[in-house]
Amino acid sequence: MALTSGRAHTSSEFESELQELRRVLLELGAKVEAMMAKSIESLTRRDSEIAQTVIESDLEVNQLEVDVNELCLQIVALRQPTSVDLRFITTGMKIASDLERVGDLAVNVCERALELNEEPPLKPYIELPRMASASSQMLRESLDSFIKEDVVLARKVMASDDEVDDMNEELFRELLTYMLDNPRNISRATRLTFISKYFERIADHATNIAEAVLFMVEGRNPRRELM
Amino acid sequence: MVSNAVMSEQEAEFETTAYHPVESELGSVIDIENFSFWYSEKQALFDNTMKIQKELVTALIGPSGCGKSTLLRALNRMNDLIDGIRSEGKIAIEGTDIHDPRVEVIELRKRLGMVFQKPNPFPMSIFENVVYPLRVDGIRDRNLLEETCERSLRDAALWDEVSDRLQDNALGLSGGQQQRLCIARAIASEPEIILMDEPCSALDPIATARIEDLIAQLKENFSIVIVTHNMQQAARVSDNTAFMFLGRLIEYGETKKIFMNPMNVRTSDYITGRFG
Repeated sequence: MALTSGRAHTSSEFESELQELRRVLLELGAKVEAMMAKSIESLTRRDSEIAQTVIESDLEVNQLEVDVNELCLQIVALRQPTSVDLRFITTGMKIASDLERVGDLAVNVCERALELNEEPPLKPYIELPRMASASSQMLRESLDSFIKEDVVLARKVMASDDEVDDMNEELFRELLTYMLDNPRNISRATRLTFISKYFERIADHATNIAEAVLFMVEGRNPRRELM
Repeated sequence: MVSNAVMSEQEAEFETTAYHPVESELGSVIDIENFSFWYSEKQALFDNTMKIQKELVTALIGPSGCGKSTLLRALNRMNDLIDGIRSEGKIAIEGTDIHDPRVEVIELRKRLGMVFQKPNPFPMSIFENVVYPLRVDGIRDRNLLEETCERSLRDAALWDEVSDRLQDNALGLSGGQQQRLCIARAIASEPEIILMDEPCSALDPIATARIEDLIAQLKENFSIVIVTHNMQQAARVSDNTAFMFLGRLIEYGETKKIFMNPMNVRTSDYITGRFG
């Protein structure tokens, strides 16, 4: 079933508040996606300047998350939303908090990148960019599924989470061999392990967003099916 | 703009009622089967079928003219007072067809107490208002009258406010108190069902909250059907909600599902305010 018949609200103010919420959420999503892309770039190109800009942009993301939450609370308090509107608003709040966390993780990647850039590279980055690209694809698709109310895409995102988990596991094992091989590798290998974990966490947040989209569209929590 | 494709999908959905009420452990109290109703030539209800559950609160919602008040009034045959009406289909209260010629309308209405939009106490004492249905039945036993008065006023959450002035004129009560008095009068004859037609629309928010609280208490002993324009009120007080549109039952289901995840686009459009 379509979420609505496509009609606008009789109350044009309510309608414009929902549009505004949508706009702020999309802005937040776009900012976080850009942060993530730049964090990968700073790592692979060993570019500390880019890392610094990502760290600074986190403030804007935090501000947008606060904006989303305030707007949602205002709509709940003043409009008593129901049905699809209620689900859109509660989903919006959840997505905003997931996106804010992704922003924090992108910052964490950059912080580790700054540290790694101080030393010669431990090894060529092959696995890590693959993992980064898999998790950023999940994030992008989860946001697309939100915009398009696309449950098929949301389910695809949820199914991809295991792949990223496996990559994280693989990379961990590989880095462990570096550490066992030479104790002087430990500090760099540990930082790379952290970064791998950050990407794995980002994939988890993308999965949360996809689940929230399923709830928004279908009205039931996909996690219920697993209980 | 609504595309033609969407419209036709809606039209398709319009034909079948989404039906998912919570069921009472006690079963249904009113069974409405293929009920249609006409005011002279104008058809107001089209082939409605629903089971109203016993000792639960059922809210009827929908835009003006959707037939919800007509349906409510059909339940105790209040529409009989209007000339030129006609109906088809069946309404049964606990298995008894209300249109059966052997059914006495007065007896039927004793089983379904009614509360109206504006409080309508009689210009007499609080006591006489409450025991009025018993007086009509010719009951003179003072003890019985007093017992009924106290029990009804207690059940209507008004006793504590009026117990020391039962002989005062009821018109001196506040609007909210008058409405609770009318509820006390409606339950004095021990009906099984209470019908409420916009019972709070003339009341302030505090008096409204009292009545809503009272509805929650009353459903322990009565089945309640309430017509309301206030959707938040329907959401707050009812177990099941029926959404009607143009004389048809569009969706009848568990209230929390109707307000969080309705099955029909028309229901969703109405409760979210995308209508008209």
